[in-house]
Amino acid sequence: MSDRPSEAISKSYSVAITGSGGSGAVTTGRILLEAAAQCGFQGLMTRSAGPQIRGGESAAMVRFSPDPVECMGDEYDLLVGLDWRNVERFADELPLSDKSLILSDPAAGEVPAVLRSNGAEILEVQFKKFASGLPGGRLNMVALGAATRICGFTLEAMEAGIRAVLGGKGEEVVETAIQAVRLGFNHDHRPRITLNAPGKSDDHWSITGNQACGVGALRGGTRFVAAYPITPASEMLEWMAPKLEKLGGSLLQAEDELASINMIIGASFGGVPSLTATSGPGLSLMVEGLGLALVSETPVTVVNVMRGGPSTGIPTKSEQSDLNIALYGLHGDAPHLVFAPLSIRDCVFTTQWAVQLAEHLQTVAIVLSDQSLGQSQAIIEAPPARELPLARKVESEPGGDYQRYAITSDNVSPMTLPGTAAGMYTADGLEHNPHGTPSSMAVDHRSQLTKRLQKLEDFDFGDDWAEVQGEGRRCIVTWGSTAGVVNEVATWLQAQGSAIRIISLRLLAPLQRDRLMDLLSDSDKVLVVEQNHDGQLFHYLHSQGVLPANAESLAQPGPLPLRPGRIIRALSGGN
Amino acid sequence: MTVPALKAKDYKSGIKAVWCPGCGHFAVLSALTKAMAHLGLVKEQVAVVSGIGCSSRLPAYIDTYGFHGIHGRALAAASGLKAARPDLTVIVAGGDGDGFSIGGNHFLHACRRNMNMAYIVMDNEVYGMTKGQASPTTLPDWSNSKMTPHGTGIPSFNPAAIALAAGAGFIARGYSGEPSELTRLLVEAIEHPGFAFLQVLSGCVTYRPDQKQWKEEVHSADSDLPTDDPVKAAQMIQAGDGKATGIIYAKRFPVWQPENRTDAEINEIEKEFLL
Ligand SMILES: Cc1ncc(C[n+]2csc(CCOP(=O)(O)OP(=O)(O)O)c2C)c(N)n1
Ligand code: SF4
Repeated sequence: MSDRPSEAISKSYSVAITGSGGSGAVTTGRILLEAAAQCGFQGLMTRSAGPQIRGGESAAMVRFSPDPVECMGDEYDLLVGLDWRNVERFADELPLSDKSLILSDPAAGEVPAVLRSNGAEILEVQFKKFASGLPGGRLNMVALGAATRICGFTLEAMEAGIRAVLGGKGEEVVETAIQAVRLGFNHDHRPRITLNAPGKSDDHWSITGNQACGVGALRGGTRFVAAYPITPASEMLEWMAPKLEKLGGSLLQAEDELASINMIIGASFGGVPSLTATSGPGLSLMVEGLGLALVSETPVTVVNVMRGGPSTGIPTKSEQSDLNIALYGLHGDAPHLVFAPLSIRDCVFTTQWAVQLAEHLQTVAIVLSDQSLGQSQAIIEAPPARELPLARKVESEPGGDYQRYAITSDNVSPMTLPGTAAGMYTADGLEHNPHGTPSSMAVDHRSQLTKRLQKLEDFDFGDDWAEVQGEGRRCIVTWGSTAGVVNEVATWLQAQGSAIRIISLRLLAPLQRDRLMDLLSDSDKVLVVEQNHDGQLFHYLHSQGVLPANAESLAQPGPLPLRPGRIIRALSGGN
Repeated sequence: MTVPALKAKDYKSGIKAVWCPGCGHFAVLSALTKAMAHLGLVKEQVAVVSGIGCSSRLPAYIDTYGFHGIHGRALAAASGLKAARPDLTVIVAGGDGDGFSIGGNHFLHACRRNMNMAYIVMDNEVYGMTKGQASPTTLPDWSNSKMTPHGTGIPSFNPAAIALAAGAGFIARGYSGEPSELTRLLVEAIEHPGFAFLQVLSGCVTYRPDQKQWKEEVHSADSDLPTDDPVKAAQMIQAGDGKATGIIYAKRFPVWQPENRTDAEINEIEKEFLL
């Protein structure tokens, strides 16, 4: 039995491209991904950069397959070194094996020992020399040509990829790039790939997780966004701003996150579905506002694109360490909704669902995306539009004695919007009676607390609360982006005839306790997998009494991604 | 059908105010309802937004839509509401602590953003609600708070100067002891197209009984005000004693409001992701 799940079953090919500032590693990766897409593959590109704000050494990691790709594998099949300056900084992000191939320019010097140590084969191509023979020719494009051949892509697919990425820079740039790619392509070497290209699909999207959250927000009806820039969430906002404008909505760049959250509360009070996006430090600032939205029952959604924390932490790298603040950050008894998208593709549905549920239940929804989803580019099957029968209960013709916070059978009170006669009320963060009048009486506090809890507890969230894959007495419970790698492990184990069940939680709060316990009832080994240091999901599930006493935790903090082999080792009792 | 004109009392909600007898905020409430009646505002088209403090209790006492938010964030909530609902008349109310201390950053940016709303700060140079601590407008030697037994020792904040520097186009000062002038100033502030800042000297009888003196100290601003010259306004504000009432500065700047169009459908937008 191979211990390399990604290679053995997933029919994928992984390429890493690295180079110093200005060498164009990321552009090269983007084009390679687009070329793979042109051949009909699905794929994923993540990137890694040094500490410089702009420029500096960087690496692009591309993985493609005829099947969906939702994580990086254990090792790279091909490493393209545009040059080797500062590559040590990335060495632990670029695992290689004796089956890997390193493409290197002898002019860049010897391949560093850290990369050679696992016995990878080295293939030399004179990128620089070829490029210098071509006016305006760039060595990264020569390298890309060589990689094109190794990956088995056609020149036509590569040209389309070049047009998709460089088209905006003008025809001359495109033509020069194509010529340089040809030089590298025609160099004497052979394809190293055994995957059959499925052929271009009309139904594939090229999208980042941040954009996918934006699409979900728009599908869910979001028409007002206020936000303050922060890595790695800003691209979601930058993508949404011009789109909102075309859809009758708007985005307001606020002075800080305290403003963002309160602005969207104001807009939502006015009747417009509203959202903000941020990352850990911003979420910390918003927490008081979330309590206000919750108590005044003003629907809002916060997309929190997680990065390494606490404090400023590791702003450019991924981590799933904001579960605790999302669940417990608010003071008082403050039940609300917490979601986590399970893949870039799922960012669309999960965000749409969150926005519409916040509206429907008049509460706060927090969506925990992360840097690995948000800033990665993926080729995916287009996510189909889903009509969800979830909308704000608006009272447009209030009767004589309108009560904004009336106790109703489903504990959701019809809400009037400003402009409606006879429906006037003052929304309040102070505890209130059913009319909305501030009250510190025990009976009002108790009945409104119960209302705000029960509207969530009694709601039927249906089947979307989790994705469940497989059967068996062994079970992995995971959440958010980590679902990608966990599912890959499961698919591999199942192909080896080894039974396992995977539960990937999309809805973290309110926890679907009974449903989860039901699924776990016949498991005798449960492993909780997540990308943080302290095991936040593990402790949450324990506190809710859903885990058997012998359940185990695999919690690995960022910045390195969880790889399939790590999970396999944990399952077999190792670490 | 003609709708009978509303009187000031029609704008009162009937909820009993929590304020101490004699609190200046009563006069502000009453002047505001008079201003609303004067302007004939359609009640359901008005939203009164506030933060936290004695003064911020005001929205519940007015029979319009209201939003009583959290400490310091009234202007943010109001800006979001106005951005989403430009059809509403948005009036923001609060105290000096709410607006200048915890909410100071929003004050600066609301001045420069210049959305169409009136901002009324009931300035009593103290935190009434939390029982008498110094605020940004408290003089440095006021030592009646246990938290600052020697006084704050730092200069007080001049709200009008800050509003001017931050780009506000309407700056006025009123006094709760001069209710008819206050009503007039409120009318002007609500009517001003853009962000209108009205500082109201509104005494706290409980923690600042010394403010009874204001009756003697408050006076009308120079007859050649308001000006639309920011340099002159700055001179008047800086040289003044902070007790002159009237409109100090009025100038029209472009009002900011997000543009919304409806010339696309989501599925068209999504096409950009196709290969
Ligand atoms: C985040 C936060 N910090 C502190 C408080 C406590 N607090 C309530 S009102 C207030 C000051 C109110 O003073 P001001 O705005 O001047 O209004 P006044 O009561 O004097 O009318 C403070 C500090 C709070 N409610 N929220
Ligand atoms: S404490 Fe002061 S500001 Fe508050 S209600 Fe009483 S008098 Fe008014």
